[in-house]
Amino acid sequence: MATVLAPPRAAADVGGVSGGGKLRLHAWWTPYLLCAPYLVLLLAFVVGPAIFGIWISLHDWDFMLPRKPFIGLQNYKDLFDPSSVIARPFWHGMRATGIFVVGSVPFLVLIPLGIAVLLNRKFRGRTFFRAIIFAPFVLGIAVVGVLFTYLLDPQFGLVNGFLGLFGVPQIGWLTTQPWAWIGLIGMTVWWTLGFNTVIYLAGLQEIPAEQYEAASLDGATALQQFLHITVPGLRNVLVFIITTTVLASANMFGQSYLVTKGGPGDSTRTAIMVMTQEGLRDFKMGTASAMSYVLALCLALISIINFMLLRERRAK
Amino acid sequence: MTTSFNASLSSCESAGGLARAAVSRRGLLGGALGASALFGLAACGGGSSNIPGQQQSVAGGGGSQEYTGPNVSLAFWNGLTGGDGPIMRKIINSFNTEHPNIKVTMTAIAWADYFQKLPATVSNGTAPDVGLMHNDDLATNAARQVISPLDDVATALKLTESDFVSIAWQGGLYQGKRYGIALDVHPAGFFYNKNVMEKAGLDPEKPPTTGDELLQQLDTLKSKGIQGWWVSPLTVGDPVLSGTLVYQYGGKMVNDDGMTVGWGGAEGVKAITFLKDFVDKGYSPKNAGSGSDFVSFSNDKSAFFIGGPWNTTPLTAIKKLKYGASPVPNIGGQQKTWSGSHQFVLPRQTKPDQNKQVASRVFINWISQQSLNWADAGMVPARNEVRDAPEFAQKGLVTQFAKEIDYINFVPPIPGVADVAAEWTTATSNAMTGKQSIPDALASGAERANKILAANKKKYG
Repeated sequence: MATVLAPPRAAADVGGVSGGGKLRLHAWWTPYLLCAPYLVLLLAFVVGPAIFGIWISLHDWDFMLPRKPFIGLQNYKDLFDPSSVIARPFWHGMRATGIFVVGSVPFLVLIPLGIAVLLNRKFRGRTFFRAIIFAPFVLGIAVVGVLFTYLLDPQFGLVNGFLGLFGVPQIGWLTTQPWAWIGLIGMTVWWTLGFNTVIYLAGLQEIPAEQYEAASLDGATALQQFLHITVPGLRNVLVFIITTTVLASANMFGQSYLVTKGGPGDSTRTAIMVMTQEGLRDFKMGTASAMSYVLALCLALISIINFMLLRERRAK
Repeated sequence: MTTSFNASLSSCESAGGLARAAVSRRGLLGGALGASALFGLAACGGGSSNIPGQQQSVAGGGGSQEYTGPNVSLAFWNGLTGGDGPIMRKIINSFNTEHPNIKVTMTAIAWADYFQKLPATVSNGTAPDVGLMHNDDLATNAARQVISPLDDVATALKLTESDFVSIAWQGGLYQGKRYGIALDVHPAGFFYNKNVMEKAGLDPEKPPTTGDELLQQLDTLKSKGIQGWWVSPLTVGDPVLSGTLVYQYGGKMVNDDGMTVGWGGAEGVKAITFLKDFVDKGYSPKNAGSGSDFVSFSNDKSAFFIGGPWNTTPLTAIKKLKYGASPVPNIGGQQKTWSGSHQFVLPRQTKPDQNKQVASRVFINWISQQSLNWADAGMVPARNEVRDAPEFAQKGLVTQFAKEIDYINFVPPIPGVADVAAEWTTATSNAMTGKQSIPDALASGAERANKILAANKKKYG
């Protein structure tokens, strides 16, 4: 009786299936329960440590030392004080990270797009080429690093050996700038372009073939079709790719660490490398945490700008 | 047994108190004392070494007696991932055979990762029972309470300075307490490729012994179209090479007081100038890649390099290569060389197991006596009796490195002393590539390095 008189929503809330309400098989807390495993992991391994990291950054922190003096914002002040020990390596690291992002992201966004458009056509051996393009991505950075250390060796390397056949003088890959950056960006593009290509391919397959048909009936050229159908159709994919690629490039570590060892000088020592040295080798976790928050803030800003620039503009 | 151990625990508290009174003026042990309050039992050894009975509470006479307890297994961690690893494993196998109730399992992790992982295992109570460390990491890990003092081992075994290469014995000390038992010293030596020397008409049995001889031979090699010694701007900051030269020109990698580096001035400039001249005079290619001194040498493309004795194992494995090693030539005016030392350490246990502690000490004592076999890895045994044994003279190239033990140099035992290495690497790299003039690069690098040392002084007290 009570069930019948109760409003449908209340019935649904207790998981009832009677009355005038629709058939609902869950209690109010069911969605939370379903999210719980993820939330627990997120809180335990992402949110928790991130908040703890702020706490660490306010201290002179070494987890093995019992004395971890609270120093307020001193670590952050030091980062912006040119005369401090950590300011210079950190900002040099940020500069190196910035150069790598600016240098690698355009290639990592545009080259996979071109390859994806090619691989989206019908031709013999298409699956084979798709697999080949993706193959380097499954290699670990340790493998890629060792591989390119040999390939780019100025004296013994295959790259200089090949260029030498055409009379190109020996290039100091890895030991001179800008060649060190060109080498690192080149290896990164080779290594990771497969991932972006696959995402583009998925996006391309979402675009209805009818649109291309209609366009070609109207006499649109291939370039016009690309600009007016493919690119707008990939807008959301582009936002995703640019955002993830910027973040991935900003986290560059292994390439410099293994191939150039941060050199020549400290020119390819990225921000992450500086933090690793500071926090995990020199055990100055307070300053390292402060550095990582400054970097995270910069990346958040860049991501927001990226979203603003690429968001869908509604017709007025 | 348990009773005596507990008793020593309570004395630990008072030991801490005594030590506090003794040193409070300079606050030297402030960090260590705070820890003994926090960690209680395990940090006990951090209090003071002057309290008799405290460390002997680990029975077994610090390893002088045999271990007779139930079967135990010991985890032994080190960074021997190169050619030295298999030789250490062989030694451990024979230890396991001789000691049926102790089973030592060795885990080799690249040194950089090892020093990152070890503190984590100590803080969560899963530390290995025995570890190996370089002398320049010992003070850092002692100050951070990653390792425990083991004065009792030295005392019980009646080991004294006269039993060891003096500097290696001293290198095991931090703030007057023993944290390391030296296994070896591994000084930089001079490697020469006999095939290449012969090809250039040089006597392959007469490696250069002075800087002038070296430059003459490099000139001869150059006249035959051979770039004799490859120096890479990426790895010139390796102290094995450039540190040796700094010592020879009268500098230090870190000055003895631990407050400043000793390469910011003329000594460092002379050392790097000497190496940069290799490139400018055509003895080395301009943009040699990292590690190319070794690669060119092992492929008969170059004649010389300065490196550690660990290079002997991989070089000997190359069948067609004919090479030798000798003490480093005196280039800078003082016969000196860089050296490291492997030291046995006992990682701090939050829940110490009596049996394992005794077995660990038995293991360290045994292997220290057996270090003759370790010479097969090219490492010079730190124990004098081992080096004086007639068998050692038969060990080949390692005897060349052993000739250097009277003039080897270490960095001082200062916590965090390794942190300044990155500044040396960057400064020398900038100097070699001409990005900065040599004096400017070294002076500005030294200024930052000194700040790091000052910050470390503040941090570790």
